[in-house]
Amino acid sequence: MPDGINTGIGASVTRVEDYRFLTGQGTYTDDINRPGQAYAYILRSPHAHARINGIDTTAAGAADGVVAIYTGADMQTGGLPCGWLIHSRDGSPMHEPPHPPLAQGKVRCLGDQVAIVIADSLSQAKAAAELIEVDYDVLPAVVDMKAAAGGGTLVHDDIGTNVCYDWVIGEEGDVDAALAGSAHVTEIDIVNNRLIANAMEPRAAVSDFDRATGEYTLYTTTQNPHVIRLLMGAFVLSIPEHKLRIVAPDVGGGFGSKIFHYAEEAILTWAAGKLARPIKWTAERSESFMTDAQGRDHVTTAKLGLDANGKFTALKVETMANMGAYLSTFASSVPTYLYATLLAGCYTTPVIFANVKAIFTNTVPVDAYRGAGRPEATYLLERIVNKAAKEMNLDPVEIRTRNFIPSDAFPYQTPVALQYDSGDYMATLKRAQELHDTAGFAARRAEAEARGKKLGLGYSTYLEACGIAPSAVAGALGARAGLYESAEVRVHPTGSVTIFTGTHSHGQGHETTFAQLVSERLGVPLENIEISHGDTNRVQFGMGTYGSRSLAVGGVALDKALDKIEAKAKKIAAHILEASTEDLEFNDGNFTVAGTDKAMAFGEVALAAYVPHNYPIDEIEPGLDEQAFYDPANFTYPGGCHICEVEIDPATGVTEVTKFTAVDDVGRVINPMIVAGQVHGGVAQGIGQALLEEAIYDPEGQLLTGSYMDYCMPRADNLPSIQVAHETTLCTHNSLGVKGCGEVGAIGSPPAVINAVLDALTDFGVEDIAMPATPARVWQAIQDAKA
Amino acid sequence: MYDFNYHKPSSSNAAASAVAGADDGKFLAGGQTLLPTMKQRLAMPSDLVDLAGCDLSGVRVDGDNLVIGAMTTHDAVATSAEVQAHIPGLAALAAGIGDQQVRNRGTIGGSVANNDPAADYPAACLALGATIHTDRRTITAEDFFTGMFDTALDEGELITAIAFPKPAACAYQKFPNPASRYALVGVMVAKTGGGVRVAVTGAGENGVFRAAEIEAALGANFSADAAAGAAVSADGLNSDLHASAEYRAHLVGVMASRAVAAC
Amino acid sequence: MPNLSMTVNGKAVQGEVEARTLLVQFLRENLDLTGTHVGCDTSQCGACVVHVNGAAMKSCTMLAMQAEGAEVTTIEGLADGDTLHPMQEAFRNNHGLQCGFCTPGMVMSAIDLVNRNPNPSEEEIRDGLEGNICRCTGYHNIVKSVAEAARVMGS
Repeated sequence: MPDGINTGIGASVTRVEDYRFLTGQGTYTDDINRPGQAYAYILRSPHAHARINGIDTTAAGAADGVVAIYTGADMQTGGLPCGWLIHSRDGSPMHEPPHPPLAQGKVRCLGDQVAIVIADSLSQAKAAAELIEVDYDVLPAVVDMKAAAGGGTLVHDDIGTNVCYDWVIGEEGDVDAALAGSAHVTEIDIVNNRLIANAMEPRAAVSDFDRATGEYTLYTTTQNPHVIRLLMGAFVLSIPEHKLRIVAPDVGGGFGSKIFHYAEEAILTWAAGKLARPIKWTAERSESFMTDAQGRDHVTTAKLGLDANGKFTALKVETMANMGAYLSTFASSVPTYLYATLLAGCYTTPVIFANVKAIFTNTVPVDAYRGAGRPEATYLLERIVNKAAKEMNLDPVEIRTRNFIPSDAFPYQTPVALQYDSGDYMATLKRAQELHDTAGFAARRAEAEARGKKLGLGYSTYLEACGIAPSAVAGALGARAGLYESAEVRVHPTGSVTIFTGTHSHGQGHETTFAQLVSERLGVPLENIEISHGDTNRVQFGMGTYGSRSLAVGGVALDKALDKIEAKAKKIAAHILEASTEDLEFNDGNFTVAGTDKAMAFGEVALAAYVPHNYPIDEIEPGLDEQAFYDPANFTYPGGCHICEVEIDPATGVTEVTKFTAVDDVGRVINPMIVAGQVHGGVAQGIGQALLEEAIYDPEGQLLTGSYMDYCMPRADNLPSIQVAHETTLCTHNSLGVKGCGEVGAIGSPPAVINAVLDALTDFGVEDIAMPATPARVWQAIQDAKA
Repeated sequence: MYDFNYHKPSSSNAAASAVAGADDGKFLAGGQTLLPTMKQRLAMPSDLVDLAGCDLSGVRVDGDNLVIGAMTTHDAVATSAEVQAHIPGLAALAAGIGDQQVRNRGTIGGSVANNDPAADYPAACLALGATIHTDRRTITAEDFFTGMFDTALDEGELITAIAFPKPAACAYQKFPNPASRYALVGVMVAKTGGGVRVAVTGAGENGVFRAAEIEAALGANFSADAAAGAAVSADGLNSDLHASAEYRAHLVGVMASRAVAAC
Repeated sequence: MPNLSMTVNGKAVQGEVEARTLLVQFLRENLDLTGTHVGCDTSQCGACVVHVNGAAMKSCTMLAMQAEGAEVTTIEGLADGDTLHPMQEAFRNNHGLQCGFCTPGMVMSAIDLVNRNPNPSEEEIRDGLEGNICRCTGYHNIVKSVAEAARVMGS
């Protein structure tokens, strides 16, 4: 490595991007101002369900500073599309009701867009919006999924049902037979609570239109600028790609909520075209609460069959998944291919059947949130496994180890479509037990008992699938896009390097991790490597960042582009060094001819590529700039063991997480410091789901938890320090051996927490508790069990 | 936020005149409640009269009373040597209001005038038998807090200071709302010349109140067990998505008991 | 419109603002100091924290006029050229930030915390950061950063 400092794979390099963030020099969308820009305020529905009889903008239009006001009558464009077509069990395609950017005659959830007011200042826009008179006929709202599934009030009149699709996977008959023949069947009813992502940067957009060139530009808080360009350009506004530039600058967290194409992006871009003037919109947090796609919200009934030895024989799952009022971009895929295909977990359950009904309700749309489908599957499995253990009088660790897929059984084909390539679940379990000192738990529990507190220990041994792919398989299952990634390596004449990646960093540290990959391969120091992302006019193409795919797909694409760079550089070096490429070795940034002292630095090769005086010009082109697209052969399968210890104060119901250990197998680790950070953050969100967070609507569809006054965000004093370690098996089908680490924390942790809470409450006879296990719920559960 | 006229007078008389002379004038103390309310367009005063220049901050000992100027920040109360020496329970209460940034700006006068049913200071005022000094008169805490967000203050009346009689002992225990961190239940227990006084914030439908059952139990036997054993009725307590009235009633007993233990 | 003057990051500044202008708006829009962020509208997230006369305050819950004549320090005013403040350095060394959005407020609050309590325990650090919300880090590395900075600042 350069100067003997390891900046390559496996080094905990401090982050390249931190200087600008630490000095206030990041550029987030709201920091961007365009000359002459106007400001937008979006008038939103205060009702969850209402017919719009008329909108009178006369007074508002005459207010100070108003540039324009547009309603659905003005903006007659395509609707926001859904990216994944699911078919129901009867073969019929899912219902895809229109999703207009500005309401067309009806509003279907709180916050639905009714009008955009554009003015010279934001205060003027807000003041004018108060003068708009909307004549609503308020309609009954349907909020509860079970009620919605039964009919009655319809969210979308035209489709005649609130069931978007009724999908199945597996053979129901086989599963029913296996359950009937099982020595024991454990049943569970479970709710996966609805969450709000709450990236700290609220969504924002700045749109612009250049009449001279006909080019639109949109700066937006997105995780995948090319996807927004494709969806908005092709489906909503009919703007061709070469006239539409999407820039995702520094983005302040996403967690899934910034994947989707949102109405505001289309409205602002369209309005900028109408006015030929830049327009800025920034969500207030209360607006984020009611317009960012929300997460989870499953209601599930499941049965797990076991033989007399506690081996799983079959699993049957019935789930209702809330879609909210409209289908958000990837909503349909979350409770199907990202959920039910994970129901084998890390266990050898031979037959599995799942039925998922996706339900429309008059609530904000629901889509992917950190983990998307996999936390729901993991929570179900790890809760029902614990319940089965209790019912069969087995230790929760014992029941897991009896059912683990053995480490020598890979590749392992599950009954729910996936083929796992690698893993060692016993290794992660054992390491977690050691690190956590589970052997010392009994003593810690006794000590807590002496203080009047109840200690509990909970396990979660989880498996997830990420790096979603391959495109052909996803396409056959309904995906309407490819799931590859692209990378370009542009070596400059002096040997410095710019990387263009189609993934996007909004906290993950790509500018560091990807630079480490380049440094490792080319021996170029980090300061000579620039990672460019987030601008469709600079980066060739890409599917963006979600589903823990950046490294497992985008990093591998980069690795493939580096292969091409190395191959071409080798030919150039061989020519200059007058050797054959077979005799050349490339290490630490130097080409050497084996067995001689002839050598050439990578930088010299780069210069030769651009100053091709002594150059094999007949065989290869000048320049050193290569691109690769990589379409993965399979998902990647991170897994691991999370152990949570909680202390409950029975007098108040307060649960404190006193100890948390996460041992994950994320494949090869490029930057351990960054990976640990990803796990910390994911676990914090998982603890948040388990103990603190819940989006609650009243029966009229009003969001009761619409601010930080009522939606409980994890704060520093809610969380413990988190012990993180890795037990690695390499991914066998990508060149880096990497699996992905962005979501494991949020996937693995919630059931570990709840299993710990239930363990702590064993003495009281409490057998079930809903997430979030708030103090009020814990206290009530104790009272109910006593009664 | 709607626009308004901003004034920064240099005396409380001038401040009172400025409010009196405005269409809909309001005093601006620390602004930690008023400004968020205005940002949400839930209030639209014509004039804001900033009290920062009116020399209303500071703590002094006046005989058996600790007198705290209305513009004294929560942080200043929490870190005041006088408060820590004479009513340490009050300093501890102030140290637990909001977060550090809020404590650096929020003031005792602003908090008391607002009478948020989940604020901490009203419990201290009521439990300690404080007297609210205004630019017109003095009002006992008993008479001052008249209901949720409602006080005995007349239109344009300005709190200048709050006088707390020094108790023999006192302590405050708060069970915070997990999300907002305001008091879901907050209980101040004080041993005063007039007996044991127990004031509860956060829980009551009409704001801060005295818990007669617990006062009676502690009057007979000042012990944590006595407080915990005094049944508090759930009638008249708030029930919302964070806590039922029954849970709040239970927590009143637990917090009272812990406050006694901390006295 | 009222006139306003104050010192920001050591420089005298002035401006004419509407009375309703919040300090954070004045910093971001009038002075182009966009390092101070707005992450909520209920005064809870702390992304907007700056120092006013040395104490951490939420600049979204303060009128610009209330800072008349004050000494204001923002995240842009901490580093001395390329030399970071020890708190900034500790955040970098310990991976105390990911997306960077809460970071300016977090750093400003953390400096105030250490100024008040030069040798904080882990529990005191966690309690002291109550007014700042981070969604990325789980606070683990933020707590480590503050502890390290406290050691450096104290030495």
